[in-house]
Amino acid sequence: MEWKENETDMIHQYKLNGFNIVLDVYSGAVHLVDEVAYDVISLYETTPRDEIVAKMLDRYGHLPDVNEQEIRDCLADIDELKRAGKIFSHDLWENVEQEAFAHTKPVLKALCLHVAHTCNLNCEYCFASQGKYHGERALMSFEVGKQALDFLIASSGSRVNLEVDFFGGEPLMNWQVVKDLVAYARTQEPIHHKNFRFTLTTNGVLLDDEVTDFCNKEMHNVVLSLDGRKEVHDRLRRDFAGHGSYDRIVPKFQRFVERRGDRSYYMRGTFTHDNVDFTEDIFHMADLGFTELSMEPVVSPPGEPWALTQEDLPKLFDQYEILAKEMLKREKEGRPFTFYHYMLDLEGGPCLHKRMSGCGSGTEYLAVTPWGELFPCHQFVNDPDYSMGNIWDGVTNPALGEKFHRCNVVANPDCRDCWARLYCAGGCAANAYHASGDINGTYEYGCQLFKKRIECAIMMKAAQSGQSV
Amino acid sequence: MRRIQTLETRDLAKSLKTGGCGECQTSCQSACKTSCGLANQQCENTNR
Repeated sequence: MEWKENETDMIHQYKLNGFNIVLDVYSGAVHLVDEVAYDVISLYETTPRDEIVAKMLDRYGHLPDVNEQEIRDCLADIDELKRAGKIFSHDLWENVEQEAFAHTKPVLKALCLHVAHTCNLNCEYCFASQGKYHGERALMSFEVGKQALDFLIASSGSRVNLEVDFFGGEPLMNWQVVKDLVAYARTQEPIHHKNFRFTLTTNGVLLDDEVTDFCNKEMHNVVLSLDGRKEVHDRLRRDFAGHGSYDRIVPKFQRFVERRGDRSYYMRGTFTHDNVDFTEDIFHMADLGFTELSMEPVVSPPGEPWALTQEDLPKLFDQYEILAKEMLKREKEGRPFTFYHYMLDLEGGPCLHKRMSGCGSGTEYLAVTPWGELFPCHQFVNDPDYSMGNIWDGVTNPALGEKFHRCNVVANPDCRDCWARLYCAGGCAANAYHASGDINGTYEYGCQLFKKRIECAIMMKAAQSGQSV
Repeated sequence: MRRIQTLETRDLAKSLKTGGCGECQTSCQSACKTSCGLANQQCENTNR
């Protein structure tokens, strides 16, 4: 892989699966180029034109379609793209830093409602320590949940779309409260001109037809936890008696998805050091009939037996490439599936504001414990240093809110030289915190995986475009 | 352009002027919950 970066005029060049790809970082433009243009672009900003022509003739002059005029035409094409702001475009955000952040105040629009700090599985790698978040087992009462929804409505300003994720632990262990809260929220929508989008994340143990029917009516998205192959899933996702959960949940998930129709869902898995060949698990899910798939690297302190290692990294890069190629192959065969991190929307994706502000943890998005305490997101829950307030008094630690507001891709010096910064918005604050001790730090391992995923996703777009040079 | 094909992409410079409505999905509410990826988020600004 070759690539070139420049502090002010940044492009990213790479070769993957037969495609030569040039990404213009600031404009977001993606170019597919041939070998000659690829090399010309790599020299364009640093080398005199006559020298570029000479180098290209030396390298490609034996080819029938390469002569001096061709190379000068190629340079003229790059000139035209540059004038159009589609290559070597300039940094857009020096002023934005002041305009978009210093003078704006984000409003709350999403809550992660921890309706159950308890779980019916005892997954060893659980970042939430088997649903307890290193605290007491608890279920959220309807009164606490209702106050959380009222707090969200009151804090959301003019935003119409509000998101609530029923999370845990295992939220189906507090199912009646989930249903009652959805019903309450629906009564509030016309009064406050809001549109609630509910999401449920479940391990599937308590999934039945009644839950399915309710979810299909009310849940905008449902996230179903499955790690893939039976032996992989059952290695870590076991109940308290030590029994694997695969055989119990897979038929339930299949029935759920069959009845889900075209509504959104994700089969979400976690891969660890024990299954760095995680594409086998994704393909297994696809072969079970699931088409909306997500597979995440485990979040774990180094030293745990399942923690990913530096030695795993090149294998994981290979896996992401294998996945992209197999998805293209299956798409051609008429049996496509979706992988969450390859769902790149080049034409209708997020605006620059969103690409700079990120997930909104601690500002637009808060987690609520069963007791009504607020944290920046689910990954900070029960960390006393990150308590932000409560649903009755609101955010009582505004300094922490401001810290999260300022934690973004603009502020992080490590992001300033990264070509992928407008795809990850600075990454996950919790991952940065756990890796470096500071939410403004960097989780370098995660960055490397993220960049590989984006390269693969863009390559897939190139392949799907049908364009070639 | 014989040697360069450009994919259709959103003009990020323009989005600086028309974006920022905040109606889009919060990244973590979708499927990952343990990382931040937002390039797959749909823009919900009808005036873009």
